[in-house]
Amino acid sequence: MYTKEMIDSINRLEETRRKRMKQELSLLTLEEKYDLLNKFHPDYKQETLRELKIGPNKGEKVIQEIADLFEAYSKINPNNFNISEIDYDTDVLVIGGGGAGASAALIAQENGASVLLATKLRFGDSNTMMAQGGIQAADKPNDSPPRHYMDVIGGGGFDNIPELVSALVRDAPDAIVWLEDLGVMFDKESDGTMITIHGGGTSRKRMHSARDYTGGEIMKTLRDEVRNRDIEIIEFSPAIELLTDDGKCTGAILYNLETDEYFIVRAKTTILATGGAGRLHVQDFPTSNHYGATADGLVIAYRAGNPVIFMDNIQYHPTGAAFPEQIVGLLVTEKCRGLGAQLVNNTGERFIYELETRDVESAAIIKECVEINKGIKTPTSMIGVWLDTPMIDIIHGKGTIQKKLPAMYRQYQRFDIDMSKEPLLVYPTQHFQNGGLIVNEKAETKIANLYGAGEVEGGVHGRNRLMGNSLLECIVFGRRAGKNAALRAKEIERGKLTLEHIKRYHTELKEANIDRGIISPMLLPDYRRKETIARMIDI
Amino acid sequence: MTEDKKMIPIYITGKKYLVPYSLTIMKAMEYAGYRYIRGCGCRGGFCGGCATVYRFKDDYKLQSGLACQTVVEENMYLVQIPFFPANKADYNLEELKPIGGTLLKLYPELARCVSCNTCTKVCPQDIEVMDYMQAALRGDITNAADISFDCIMCGLCAARCPAEIVQYNIAILCRRLYGKFMSPKAEHVKVRIAEISEGKFDDELKNLMKSDIKILKKLYKERDIEPEESQR
Repeated sequence: MYTKEMIDSINRLEETRRKRMKQELSLLTLEEKYDLLNKFHPDYKQETLRELKIGPNKGEKVIQEIADLFEAYSKINPNNFNISEIDYDTDVLVIGGGGAGASAALIAQENGASVLLATKLRFGDSNTMMAQGGIQAADKPNDSPPRHYMDVIGGGGFDNIPELVSALVRDAPDAIVWLEDLGVMFDKESDGTMITIHGGGTSRKRMHSARDYTGGEIMKTLRDEVRNRDIEIIEFSPAIELLTDDGKCTGAILYNLETDEYFIVRAKTTILATGGAGRLHVQDFPTSNHYGATADGLVIAYRAGNPVIFMDNIQYHPTGAAFPEQIVGLLVTEKCRGLGAQLVNNTGERFIYELETRDVESAAIIKECVEINKGIKTPTSMIGVWLDTPMIDIIHGKGTIQKKLPAMYRQYQRFDIDMSKEPLLVYPTQHFQNGGLIVNEKAETKIANLYGAGEVEGGVHGRNRLMGNSLLECIVFGRRAGKNAALRAKEIERGKLTLEHIKRYHTELKEANIDRGIISPMLLPDYRRKETIARMIDI
Repeated sequence: MTEDKKMIPIYITGKKYLVPYSLTIMKAMEYAGYRYIRGCGCRGGFCGGCATVYRFKDDYKLQSGLACQTVVEENMYLVQIPFFPANKADYNLEELKPIGGTLLKLYPELARCVSCNTCTKVCPQDIEVMDYMQAALRGDITNAADISFDCIMCGLCAARCPAEIVQYNIAILCRRLYGKFMSPKAEHVKVRIAEISEGKFDDELKNLMKSDIKILKKLYKERDIEPEESQR
């Protein structure tokens, strides 16, 4: 599968392997880290950001692609849109069918609420399903929630919201037991002790896993449980707007992607669990995200007046696939580095300690490829560095890769690359929305009766998330949102349904002279060719 | 890659399109002008949303794969199966027993398995589906859970099964039964939960939450890192 040039490069890598395995690289100092980030991390380039002209974060800079969706018009005209017929009446509306949405739905239902779960694609199509590496929790004797706390904020650049981090680390062990009790098959020793490993930026081994299908196994379990309960699920029906009553959220408008019909949902409380934004392809980076990651929840909540935080950056996962072309952008799990695989350049040298935080690893790889010019070029002109995966079997014994990384192994085997014998070519890929909607530790947004859980909310991870904390965030804040939304629903009456916030937002857009011809939320990316689109006619 | 430009004919639900030879079925369909609503989920081989069956011109053999993971080949006649109507039993896991009888009670059609191995042949994850079905039939939940672990629930096995069994729903039930009842419990996690609820870490966390950034940076720098080779 590899080209001759690549095979030559692999030979150089193999020659240095024995020496490299004994080589100790130390962690960078904070100063060295910031220097590397400033020079090479895509987020630190000012031209990638733009000042918002309207809305709750007016005057603040966010990523251009996000600004485009914020400074855009609704799919509906609020002046003549009929919302008088209510199609669904529910206590709790959950928008999103990933890990956070499923957790929220289960806990809301357990707390006595009627629950409706609406999702854009199939129930379970989400980034949760794709998460391979693991889920963090400080539950070993040598570990503690405060230690976890320090790792989270140190990794996040010390900008994280303390109350959210505290909630994350305190709830983590309980989240693990909750999942275990639902039947998630965690990797364990024979006495039941969780097998845990390091991830980038962890000071203790606290990464729990279910082989390398951790998120998938969690998602499939949660989905199975939701389907067993009395919870109504509506697939292929994203929310295109929230409904409000005097600043409070009272429901949402769903849009049936297959029939183009809309539905009105009146809900006492609403939980946004719409996930991230990888499919916006910030700065044209490839992405590891699922097809529906288009920031819809951010857009409709922003329009309703909820501010966002840390939307001036995106997490690039350092090891996206750079070869073969068919899987460019897909993730090579961090667990590979956790198990000892080293990053190696074209001359067979290491250039960074492999368990730095993701932002630092990404910057180091970009530096090696772009400035030092020691990357390896693919036939389609991608550049990348090697991830020396055969080391995993050398260190931990033959067969480790097939046992512990079956998804990865299979992924590459499909393209005739045996990762237990050959290294993999990697380059950073757009992976995670670190920022998002402002919420508090109860998962309440700034809009009354609206909650946020999972990747859509921001502040927990600061400006850089550690591996294993996003699955955790989905479970912890999904459960918190579910509980609080259900309890709140018991206290309040159903509200009026209005589109006043959209009218106001449209007025703001017009007053700021904004009309780029963009309608949002985006809902789905469009990968058809320009040539095809140019020849399309409406029927 | 100049040969990347080489175009080949494929037949999407019977209609001919010329597409670059190196694309996956999913990317080829988009190249041809399709915009997915169904039949496309994670695009990375994890969600099982893009099951596809195909056959080559003049070849009797019906083949299958995931559209996001299978590269197009010349004269491929393909159709996606974005949804397959599957029987899923409702159950309260708490009330179940991890025994074979549970499986047969919830999915009596399990006993109709004729060991034809079609499910294994069709599985895009190369799982020995028939083996785990046989394990399930024997009441060997441990093995059924272990063998089926990599299942992405794409539905191809159920679509081809002459006994009309929905293998993947039985598989997730086995894994949940194993994970809940048969796998040894992680007692250390419960110990930690008790410590947290007793307030053991409250003061330390509160202090960290109100510490200024200078102190936090110092603490972060000074924290000791568990060595890679340590046990547990």
